Amino acid sequence: MQLFKPLILLLSLCSSLVAASPLTELAHADPADRAGLITQWTVQADGPRRQAVAALEEGRLFSSADGSHVLLQGTDGKLSDVDSGQLVAGDAASLDTLPVNNSVRSALEAFHAAGDLADPDRNKRLSAIQALQDSANPGLLPLLLSRQRQEQDSQVKQALHMASARLQLASPLVAQRLQAIGVLADSADPATVSLLAPLASEAGEQDASVRAAASQAISAIKTSQWRYNMLGYAFSGISLGSVLLLAALGLAITYGLLGVINMAHGEMLMIGAYASYVVQNLFRTWWPGAFDAYLLAALPVAFAVTFVIGMALERLIIRHLYGRPLETLLATWGISLMLIQAVRILFGAQNVEVANPSWLSGGWEITPALTLPYNRLAIIAFVAAVLVLTWLVLNKTRLGLFVRAVTQNRRMADSVGVPTGKVDMLAFGLGSGIAGLGGVALSQIGNVGPELGQGYIVDSFMVVVLGGVGQLAGTVTGAMGLGIVNKILEPSLGAVLGKILILGFIILFIQKRPQGLFALKGRVLD
Amino acid sequence: MQTSLSLRLATRLGPQPLKLAGAAALAVLLAMPALHLWTDPASSLHVSAYTLTLVGKILCYAIVALAMDLVWGYTGLLSLGHGLFFALGGYGMGMYLMRAIGHDGNYQSDLPDFMVFLDWKSLPWFWQGSEHLAWALCLAVGVPGLLALVFGWLAFRSRIKGVYFSIMTQALTYAAMLLFFRNETGFGGNNGFTDFKRILGYGIAAPGTRATLFLLTVLLLVAALAAGFWLVHSKFGRILTAIRDAESRLMFCGYNPLYYKLFIWVASAMLCGLAGALYVPQVGIINPGEMSPANSIEIAIWVAVGGRGSLIGPVLGAGFINAAKSWFTVAFPEYWLFFLGALFIATTLFLPRGLLGLLRSHKENA
Repeated sequence: MQLFKPLILLLSLCSSLVAASPLTELAHADPADRAGLITQWTVQADGPRRQAVAALEEGRLFSSADGSHVLLQGTDGKLSDVDSGQLVAGDAASLDTLPVNNSVRSALEAFHAAGDLADPDRNKRLSAIQALQDSANPGLLPLLLSRQRQEQDSQVKQALHMASARLQLASPLVAQRLQAIGVLADSADPATVSLLAPLASEAGEQDASVRAAASQAISAIKTSQWRYNMLGYAFSGISLGSVLLLAALGLAITYGLLGVINMAHGEMLMIGAYASYVVQNLFRTWWPGAFDAYLLAALPVAFAVTFVIGMALERLIIRHLYGRPLETLLATWGISLMLIQAVRILFGAQNVEVANPSWLSGGWEITPALTLPYNRLAIIAFVAAVLVLTWLVLNKTRLGLFVRAVTQNRRMADSVGVPTGKVDMLAFGLGSGIAGLGGVALSQIGNVGPELGQGYIVDSFMVVVLGGVGQLAGTVTGAMGLGIVNKILEPSLGAVLGKILILGFIILFIQKRPQGLFALKGRVLD
Repeated sequence: MQTSLSLRLATRLGPQPLKLAGAAALAVLLAMPALHLWTDPASSLHVSAYTLTLVGKILCYAIVALAMDLVWGYTGLLSLGHGLFFALGGYGMGMYLMRAIGHDGNYQSDLPDFMVFLDWKSLPWFWQGSEHLAWALCLAVGVPGLLALVFGWLAFRSRIKGVYFSIMTQALTYAAMLLFFRNETGFGGNNGFTDFKRILGYGIAAPGTRATLFLLTVLLLVAALAAGFWLVHSKFGRILTAIRDAESRLMFCGYNPLYYKLFIWVASAMLCGLAGALYVPQVGIINPGEMSPANSIEIAIWVAVGGRGSLIGPVLGAGFINAAKSWFTVAFPEYWLFFLGALFIATTLFLPRGLLGLLRSHKENA
């Protein structure tokens, strides 16, 4: 081998002298062959070839006026003949550039992508692979295969594997097509199905074994996609359910305790969301460096504001309406109208913008078909935390003991010395405070406007009706059940019909269990 | 106890002046269409089309308030979905009015404009027959009645009452609103029905048509008041009151409240539907916004302010609040919701029996 090396060098030197330079080769190639030539070069790109391609791409190659020569415009703007290299007089503006049609253009894209395959930035490598597999050009296969051997990063390697399999689908060899189908069957990319579909049909494929393998692969991909879809529905269902739970948790507590429905409960969500808006603006003005932390600061603020408002409402209005639940409903509706209008006057009727902190934007990509957004994940975790805290307060503190006692039997609790008035007030504040926390969460996933709370009021009542009162488990089951069923019905029926169906179901459900899923056992007849 | 002059006056004069005031109000209402038709627009006695429409609209609301009072004030069922029955009646009438436009729509088609817009080729089945006013009226009364019957039967059978019942009715109207907002439902979606041209061949905005519709509304209100009076003073009415005050005891006495509740609930829904059918041709538009939960709660406050458990109270309440609304939304649009909200709170806190109750309690004290 050592002996041959100079020889090879010499041979190649001669051939480069004899053969045309890449520039002339490209310039004189038949227009229909140009794309093929570029593809050929893509696999083995070198300096002169890159320059030639760049000249074509930048529109610096012209055909001379009589069409016999091809002229190159140098970087200095002067024209020279491609073959002889001699300067030619003339104005580039009056000449036609060599045409770049669609097939040439996609070949050019692949050419550039191939250059990026060895880029140190793995995201660039990944997008280059994507571009190459989209080009669907079987001529690029050797390039991908050689990169696959060198690649270190496992994800990039996997992507290369998939991309080469896609290109192999067009291979004339049956064995290679079969192998490629085998590789693609594991893919979770929805685009693969349309890729395999022609191979499953008689028109697109002669070989019966390939057809069988392709249709098998398609059904395998569809099954896994269905599974991911179901996972996606379950996730968005749990996500919706956790939002409903935040909205309904406080409502269930106060309804269980006082037997009154607080129609202004939705406005506590709205106030919580506006509290995070205000805190966000304060951070932006005074402490932009710590902007990402504003959401954590907004939580106690929102809780405190709504806690105080809730206690004030109980003290000033609801307390005076005990024993008249229907009037309480109307009075709290009046409160909600006034709160909405007050916010409208203070902050304007338009929605305000609450930004996601950077650690909540983006998502966790499980497969190309399923991405879980971080803000939704964070809300689920947040709801779980709120739930645990509420459970602790209700079950491990003195206040919680009193709340449960009053919920079960107000008069008995009163006669053994439970300060029911104070318990009512604190529990009402707690319920409103939880809604305020919910508002902070809602500000991260939806619009923040004066009518924010109105959208949740009916749904959160349905949660309370379904789950029953007095037990957290009921509210959790009700919220999650409603959320998941909603999301499962949505794709087939549409959001509205799904909601109506659920309402119908609830009406039928309370025929059987008027007290909800988890009823407190009691012997009281009103 | 200090009482205002007017109250003392009312107390001293007894019920007679109230009757006189009622008769006078009726006379004025009956005279209004005549003053609209046959007086010179320049004269001070003339009633403008705007005023006539406004009062006609409020009278329709008063009928709804009366219907609401029968179920809430007398039977103790707070419905937060009466706006739905009202709107359904309006849609029933609206279907006829849309068909009566005929070829004069923007697209010059036999189909209503919104169907042409949606590229529908023929009428959906539920629009069949809506070119006849009689059938449209049947729909306007029958559909709310049927819906109330099914919902009421399910709800009352499982003894849903109190706030649960209120919440369920609210969810019902909310769901219906979402349904009617969809274009595919076949009722014009977001925009609902509007641009009516004629009713029974008469121009919808012609003075004669306006006056006739107004008179019909007044007559319906009077008839509803009379029927309500008869009903609540009958034995049936006393059972309704008993359901409100002590349903369990009534059951122990051997009554089954289900059919009493169901009857008054369905009758109330049908009356609302009729009011809606008279409302739409006068106002000239019906859209799903009428079904919003907020509208239905507002009906409750008309009744509460006027005084529930009396027949004339809701009529007064509807008149008072809607007149105030027309004035406020022009003069201080920003503060109308504050006023309305404060009214909700003040009425429930300080006037449990409404304005009329205030009047009566003074009479009883005296």
